[in-house]
Amino acid sequence: MAEAKKVREDALAVPRRRFEKVNEIIARHGKSASALIPILQEVQEEYRYLPEEILTYVAMVMDLPPSTVYGVATFYVQFSLEPKGKYVIKICDGTACHVRGSDPVKEAIRKRVGLKNEKHTTDDLRFTVETVSCLGACGLAPVVMINDQIYGQMTPDAINVILDKILEEEGDVK
Amino acid sequence: MGEYPTHVLVCAGAGCISSSCKEVEQALIDELKKHQLNEKIKVVETGCIGSCDLGPVLVTYPERIFYQKVQPKDVKAIVEEHLLQGQPVERLFYQDAVTGKTMAKYDDIPFFSKQVRIALRNVGLINPVNIEEYVARDGYGALAKVLTEMTPEQVIEQIKNSGLRGRGGAGFSTGLKWEFTKKAQSDAKYVVCNADEGDPGAFMDRSILEGDPHSVLEAMAIAGYAVGASQGYVYVRAEYPLAVERLGVAIEQARKMGFLGENIYNTGFAFDVEIRVGAGAFVCGEETALIASIEGKRGEPSPKPPFPAQKGVWGKPTLINNVETFANIPPIILKGAEWFAQIGTEKSKGTKVFAIAGKITNTGLVEVPMGMTLREVIFDLGGGIHGGKRFKAAQTGGPSGGCLTTEHLDLPMDYESLTAAGSMMGSGGLIVMDEDTCMVDVARFFLEFTQDESCGKCTPCRIGTKRMLDILNRITEGKGVPEDLETLETLANTIKMSSLCGLGQSAPNPVLSTLKYFRDEYEAHIYQKTCPAGVCQSLLRYQVKSNVCKGCGLCAKNCPVGAISGKPKNPYVIIQNICVKCGLCMQKCPFNAIEFC
Ligand SMILES: Cc1cc2nc3c(=O)[nH]c(=O)nc-3n(C[C@H](O)[C@H](O)[C@H](O)COP(=O)(O)O)c2cc1C
Ligand code: SF4
Ligand code: SF4
Ligand code: SF4
Ligand code: FES
Ligand code: FES
Repeated sequence: MAEAKKVREDALAVPRRRFEKVNEIIARHGKSASALIPILQEVQEEYRYLPEEILTYVAMVMDLPPSTVYGVATFYVQFSLEPKGKYVIKICDGTACHVRGSDPVKEAIRKRVGLKNEKHTTDDLRFTVETVSCLGACGLAPVVMINDQIYGQMTPDAINVILDKILEEEGDVK
Repeated sequence: MGEYPTHVLVCAGAGCISSSCKEVEQALIDELKKHQLNEKIKVVETGCIGSCDLGPVLVTYPERIFYQKVQPKDVKAIVEEHLLQGQPVERLFYQDAVTGKTMAKYDDIPFFSKQVRIALRNVGLINPVNIEEYVARDGYGALAKVLTEMTPEQVIEQIKNSGLRGRGGAGFSTGLKWEFTKKAQSDAKYVVCNADEGDPGAFMDRSILEGDPHSVLEAMAIAGYAVGASQGYVYVRAEYPLAVERLGVAIEQARKMGFLGENIYNTGFAFDVEIRVGAGAFVCGEETALIASIEGKRGEPSPKPPFPAQKGVWGKPTLINNVETFANIPPIILKGAEWFAQIGTEKSKGTKVFAIAGKITNTGLVEVPMGMTLREVIFDLGGGIHGGKRFKAAQTGGPSGGCLTTEHLDLPMDYESLTAAGSMMGSGGLIVMDEDTCMVDVARFFLEFTQDESCGKCTPCRIGTKRMLDILNRITEGKGVPEDLETLETLANTIKMSSLCGLGQSAPNPVLSTLKYFRDEYEAHIYQKTCPAGVCQSLLRYQVKSNVCKGCGLCAKNCPVGAISGKPKNPYVIIQNICVKCGLCMQKCPFNAIEFC
């Protein structure tokens, strides 16, 4: 028993230093199973995604089977197992936005940030473009959210102006 | 409204924030200071006033002048002409889209004047993060009343008598639900507020949480007292960061003032509330899935019974109500069950908040008495169809609901009538569609949504919706076959009957309802391979209008694949099986002779 405990502690020793932040987050929420989702949410905020080794680590510290943690992380669309861009652009394709023309706006965004085919995140990890269903600002359809900021009554031209500004701030004058 | 003679309310709902209301507010504060008016005129940040497409909006009190689309540069005029000299600034007034009449006062505008605001009574009127303003409007008075003057049984009786029914979708009697939870025996019970609001096109819960969070907290505490719970959870979806933030502030304030926590109003009653933020799964709005999610698990529904009232969070009896349901509670306690029950129809009491969006002139949030007709909502409050187009359908109940057509315009909107018409009340999203909306595309759109959100636990929902979606995709791509409609109906009925939770059971509704009312559109897609509304891209083609074409040949010169032929001075023709639909010819034609339809 003591041996097993020691092995476990050794296994945790290295990551513990690397995952300082994760420890802090877990300490704040406690180790009850119901804290798992809030913990993963904060971890994701910190790292912008859920790296696999961190999921394993969280499982170990919280004494949960890794499959449980993995199962939760894959169930909810908010969680991403792949790195997301610095700017997460959510295009609403809820009903109100759909009937007011969200598709052309989406096309304009993907074109402007240079995303092709099925890809959601640019190679330089600057932009992630996702569609969501309803951002709750349907009166302003079509709606786009960039990080936490909402932009309403979008058109391809309007969103290009906004993206140009971001790209300019990024020092990228195209 | 305190000791200031004049107030200027600045809407700081999510809509107006996105149209830069904060800059307008700052400009207003600066301008007032410049004129030494900051002692006499108070600027109040409120939640959503309801007319988000007109933002940023300001309302002055006590005159109730309504200003729309205010820009920082307009503030000078508002202060100098209106607030100083009493001459309201006409160019910022609301203009009625139908009559063209300008209206100065909030109460003159039909969008507002036809409303009866109970759940939204404070939204757009008070500063949501200032608990004193809530208290000044009888806030936490209902909680005081139940704790000091009423037994839990009396509270439940009053809610039952009011006739209030759940606003989250199913419309179950709120009083009965409270009674079941009270009767369940247990050492611990929970009260949960469902603020997952996943229906695309619905945002009333958001507006209440952001505009009047205390009303929900107060109601949860009342519910806690009635059913015997001391812990509450608000489950808010992750897409609403502002709601989470304001709710957090409100909980802190309520604790500080002693409305939450131990020994509330010195009665020994204890109740506290915690926020849980969802993680982006629509199915988590379903109550058993929501409970699993609170417990930290995958949000998969489980069979009922047992109902949450018997076995909910951590296996304990749990009362789950929707945000809007809760927001109705304090007024019912204060004004009485009879007052509430006289509003609405025989079986649907009170009011309903609708989020009106889509192809309608005035989009936004309205709270109207149950039983108001669809016509009144769309044409009187909503100002009719956007851009003078023709009304085609209104979709209610989101992905679980159906559509209403012109023949339903005089239908009273209440739970029973909407269900009878093949739709449902749902959470209150009302999406208006005009002649340019393709109903097959709408059905496909909803099914794509439910298919995507299906948790996959049961086969009929997981596989069945996928098959339906495949068929609908085929139809919108012009590859539909005559048997498709029958197959759709068979699949729909199987899925409805054999799915485990409400998501699967209602997923086929939008298809069934459009098949019922707009079968001709499906048939046009299948037999004529055309999309009458001109939406489904694969069915559209570029054509030369022979009576307009001058035969200049410019289109043919520009076509990258040589799909256009013709002789100069004669009408040109596009050969459809060569055309790659690049659209260049339409751009190049100097006479607008090429159409896409
Ligand atoms: C797929 C699905 C999604 C739902 N989403 C919500 C929701 O977002 N908000 C809500 O209040 N109720 C939602 N419901 C209904 C809840 O299960 C539950 O009936 C409701 O929260 C009860 O509250 P009420 O009686 O006050 O309406 C949903 C139901 C289903 C089947
Ligand atoms: S009906 Fe659909 S969403 Fe509901 S449990 Fe079954 S698979 Fe999951
Ligand atoms: S749409 Fe493009 S491919 Fe088709 S006829 Fe016109 S120019 Fe040619
Ligand atoms: S460019 Fe226009 S007017 Fe000229 S040939 Fe083509 S369709 Fe006719
Ligand atoms: S449908 Fe796009 S914000 Fe609601
Ligand atoms: S957010 Fe200002 S009116 Fe809705």
